[in-house]
Amino acid sequence: MSMSPQVSLSHQLPEEHYLNSKYGVRSWLLTTDHKRIGLLYLASVTFFFFIGGIFATMIRIHLLTPEGYLVTPETYNKLFTMHGVAMIFFFLIPSIPAVLGNFLIPLMIGAKDVAFPKLNLLSWYIYITGGCFVLYSFATGGLDTGWTFYTPLSSVYSNSAVTPAVIGIFINGFSSILTGLNFVVTIHTMRAPGMTWFRLPLFVWAHYATSIIFILGTPVIAITLLLAGLERMFHLGFFNPALGGDPILFQHLFWFYSHPAVYIMILPAMGVVSEIIPTFARKPIFGYSFIAASSIAIAVIGFFVWAHHMFLTGESTYAALAFSLLSYLVAIPSAVKVFNWTSTLYKGSISYDTPMLYALGFIGLFLIGGLTGLFLACLGLDIHIHDTYFVVAHFHYIMVGGAVMGYVGGLHFWWPKITGKLYPEFLARIAAVVLFVGFNLTFFPQFILGYLGMPRRYHNYPPEFQVLNVMSTAGASILALGYLLPMLYLTWSMRYGKVAGPNPWPATGLEWRTASPPPTENFDVTPVVDWEPYDFNNRPDLGLATPGAPSLAPSHGDD
Amino acid sequence: MQVQLPFSPEQASNFAPSVDSLMTFLILVSVFFSAAITAAIVFFFFKFHRKSKAEIGVPIHGDMRLEITWIVVPSLLALAMFGWGATVYVDYRHAPKDTLDIYVIGKQWMWKIQQPSGRREINELHVPAGRDIKLILASEDVIHDFFVPAFRVKMDVVPGHYNTMWFRPTKPGRYHFFCSQYCGTSHAMMGGWVTVMDPSDYAAWLSGSTGEDVNPVVAGEKLFVEKACATCHLGNGTGRAPSLNGVYEGTVRLADGSSVTVDDAYIRESILNPPAKIVAGYQPLMPAFQGQLTEEQILSLTAYIKSLQSQPVPATGAGVSTSGKK
Repeated sequence: MSMSPQVSLSHQLPEEHYLNSKYGVRSWLLTTDHKRIGLLYLASVTFFFFIGGIFATMIRIHLLTPEGYLVTPETYNKLFTMHGVAMIFFFLIPSIPAVLGNFLIPLMIGAKDVAFPKLNLLSWYIYITGGCFVLYSFATGGLDTGWTFYTPLSSVYSNSAVTPAVIGIFINGFSSILTGLNFVVTIHTMRAPGMTWFRLPLFVWAHYATSIIFILGTPVIAITLLLAGLERMFHLGFFNPALGGDPILFQHLFWFYSHPAVYIMILPAMGVVSEIIPTFARKPIFGYSFIAASSIAIAVIGFFVWAHHMFLTGESTYAALAFSLLSYLVAIPSAVKVFNWTSTLYKGSISYDTPMLYALGFIGLFLIGGLTGLFLACLGLDIHIHDTYFVVAHFHYIMVGGAVMGYVGGLHFWWPKITGKLYPEFLARIAAVVLFVGFNLTFFPQFILGYLGMPRRYHNYPPEFQVLNVMSTAGASILALGYLLPMLYLTWSMRYGKVAGPNPWPATGLEWRTASPPPTENFDVTPVVDWEPYDFNNRPDLGLATPGAPSLAPSHGDD
Repeated sequence: MQVQLPFSPEQASNFAPSVDSLMTFLILVSVFFSAAITAAIVFFFFKFHRKSKAEIGVPIHGDMRLEITWIVVPSLLALAMFGWGATVYVDYRHAPKDTLDIYVIGKQWMWKIQQPSGRREINELHVPAGRDIKLILASEDVIHDFFVPAFRVKMDVVPGHYNTMWFRPTKPGRYHFFCSQYCGTSHAMMGGWVTVMDPSDYAAWLSGSTGEDVNPVVAGEKLFVEKACATCHLGNGTGRAPSLNGVYEGTVRLADGSSVTVDDAYIRESILNPPAKIVAGYQPLMPAFQGQLTEEQILSLTAYIKSLQSQPVPATGAGVSTSGKK
């Protein structure tokens, strides 16, 4: 087999595509095109990431000295609360699903759009409405309850703008629910001919699992925060013991959603990594069905581990034992994924392209994040490390090291598809390394701080903790550079980048079988899928060498 | 197994060595897996890097034996972590008998601590080394958490609930304690020091009590009269309410046929919300004291009721021992 000549011929932008088919503000604000809605989300989650990032920067500067360098205690408490709320509810949860998921799922399954395009647009408006309430809270008094909104602090004692914030998060929940519903129906009903369940890209499997959590979990957080808001506004005794309520009930309800919410953040990132690794190792993913099934297992078991946040609230010893055991159970499918990704590299044809650097970085950071989760699930150890910086470090390894690395890696991987342009590869590789180094320097010292006993959410601290805090702040400045670089060169590339062509890597997914950027209706003719996922051997259209005789019936050791 | 990790606080309680050993085990397992995976990734990354532009990898789809191995082995290790962690936790959640009980009340943003003898402290806790200490934790407002890193113990302090935590200090010295559950503006200031003393020093310290300290049993007895509890809860059992002599740690039968152990939480509930559990044979006559007593007053009343241990006539203030006798 020889290289296909089409690859070089197609290096010019298509004449008409989803970006230039219509112009004007109305064409964006009233669009029902899943790709344009994905970009609307891209702009809005980036905005919230920026806001959350500014708060994070101020937190790290403040913690340079033991007595606190920058702000008053009240302001510090607001900074970490607003950092958490902006990042979790308005950046991390929608980031991959609403941006990349929206853009890619119809393309990946060979559909024209999602099942309910108007609901899809409505989801974005709901998100924006919820976001406005939360910004209103930030601007008029701020929020100082911690993103966890524990009662009775949030429902009785806080003097900050709690009510608009909980209303904003309540509203925003419907955006998640509708997005999840849209994905589930789309994946069930709109797959192209030949796109069987076990030919679906693992990105789609991951989003299917995520959507289950969106649909089943989000109503619980919405109603819980509403109850806390009602208690605050009308003194109804749900959680306040002085009114006959129970503060522990709030924690059960809160974590019933908010623990699965962690899987909302990490599962889509795992989906991204499962796409990137076979593409840049140029071989089928190892254990396709195990990776697919582990996504569903994580989503399902993830609903039964919530009370591991509450081992030291005085919950019964039996409950603690059960939730600890279940928490260990949810670690197994995560481990399965890591082993399968690593094995995929074996005998691959591995390139050092930027998305691959992010994917491998993801594995390393997720590994540390996941393993330290075992420490916190360990009952005896949690007595000491619960509510310390160990927890802060752990969930930042999962959410930033995992979810954000996956998101940024995915943005790089699909950027040529989204914009039709290539970003500057060398600069991008440097940024990936800067991010990785900066991240570790920021958050690894926090594991040690936590074991030494520094509690979370402290605006000042005993002087013996200073060295590690200074290291963390130094790392954060490198990390900030690592985020600014991609923001700059990706924006630059939209105008000045080289034309990418339909399939620059090349990759095997359906989304790469249409133009970059794709036409509004995605495919000129409905594609028919007659190949297995991540199969480079039987794909002469990719223009790659296929050594030896091409095997027409690939063996599946795993099914 | 005795381990002192390089990055750990001092080991000053019975739990510190066991938590550190657990930590060491988890670190070893984690380092092993991280190193193995990282080494594999780095090795594959360079060994199988792309040699020509159009090269593709060898199509390997999976291996059932490997999948089973990496499901079973991590599961077994996880079970070991769970089991070991569970033993430490169960030990921590079940205080031994004959502890020295100290009341700890958290409020925004200070800790009020009272020794059994009545000696009060604020943001300071004095305990004798070698004695099993139980802290009875109550909150006046929001959720707090009492955390002593050198002891490797913490417990949430939840309004409306009593939580307890126990430890045995092993090494005299002064150790930080922190509030570890975010509780509002001055959360970070809500800390103090635990002073672990030789038992003789502790006894001397206790006797240096200032005149303002009131024995909780005495305070409780006074309240018992002031709040008119004494008019119905007659000691000889002839009153309109049950006698409280010797009820503590016993079991009483309730009107609905169930029975309940009389502990701090039950006494608290029966004071604040009496109709919740009515003792069999009595009418629900008692007024609810919800919102009318501070946590400290409830604890004093509880201490007084505890002091009525099967003594026909309550002795004034002599119900509990004042020092850590062994």
